[in-house]
Amino acid sequence: MDFKGFDGPERHPADGTAGARSVKVMIAGGFGTGKTTMVRSVSDIKPLTTEETLTQASAGVDHLIGVTDKQETTVSLDFGKICLNDRLTLYLFGTPGQERFWFLWNGLFKGALGAVVLVDTRRLASSFRAIEEMERQDVPFVIALNVFPDSREHPVEEIRDALDISPDIPVVACDARDRASSRDVLIALIRHLKERSAAALEPR
Amino acid sequence: MSGPHRPTDPSGLERYYVLTGGRSGPDGPASSLDVATLITSRAAAGPGTGLQHEHEEILRRCREPLSVAELGAHLGLPFNILAVLLADLLDAGRVEARDPIPASDAGRGPDLALLEEVLSGLQRL
Repeated sequence: MDFKGFDGPERHPADGTAGARSVKVMIAGGFGTGKTTMVRSVSDIKPLTTEETLTQASAGVDHLIGVTDKQETTVSLDFGKICLNDRLTLYLFGTPGQERFWFLWNGLFKGALGAVVLVDTRRLASSFRAIEEMERQDVPFVIALNVFPDSREHPVEEIRDALDISPDIPVVACDARDRASSRDVLIALIRHLKERSAAALEPR
Repeated sequence: MSGPHRPTDPSGLERYYVLTGGRSGPDGPASSLDVATLITSRAAAGPGTGLQHEHEEILRRCREPLSVAELGAHLGLPFNILAVLLADLLDAGRVEARDPIPASDAGRGPDLALLEEVLSGLQRL
């Protein structure tokens, strides 16, 4: 359809995608805890990677991010997406492996519904930094214990104590390689968000 | 400021510099671009004048809404460089950008309807 002479700012293609919106969830956790595996198992598309090569960009465009460290480092984000319905898409982003570069992703967590923090129960400490970061940035999260074949059974309470997280934060076990299991982690996160929201809406 | 010159071998660093005209980051509406922001070409956008190949490529790929992260992956461009190109297109009114919906809006509070919609989508998987 052609509206000659009309060039308003709100023109959309009349193909039903005009109302398309997105939501975003972050998959965080220490190195090797299964972030990319989870993105891959639950995504509708083959996961993609978006990259930032720090040194090249800085040298070329002069003080890109104000970093004086000239070490060449590629920071990458693996991501996938889930089509929730014909108007709403959920994007899942695995946080960069090197947590010290998170600051580069200005706004990475801003606008996210929340985060899943993956924990390898054999190496709890590798996810401490991710948990601290969620708390510091005030990002709601759930803990997903990625059960590796040689993980021994840990009572959830024991792990909750070891991770020093507040009692209202859900801790669920999962197999990040399994689509249904990873989906259930996302469902646990959204339920947690709903509970938080409902609590926030209650009169005090 | 004169326009950028075409290099004979536009690769890597030099390519990024040429693409962005040496600009380090976007101003204005593109400065808030998120990796999950959906970009859609405007319907009326015909062949443009003064557009670089990468601009045209963005317009072509965004006939259907596409996230900034997907665009970056498909075009092989880092986020900051892509953001500069998107700023050009936003300024020229050639694309529109819709940021991801937050779980809670500062003005309206938590968005329970949105969470319910996400939940039912996940339960259908």
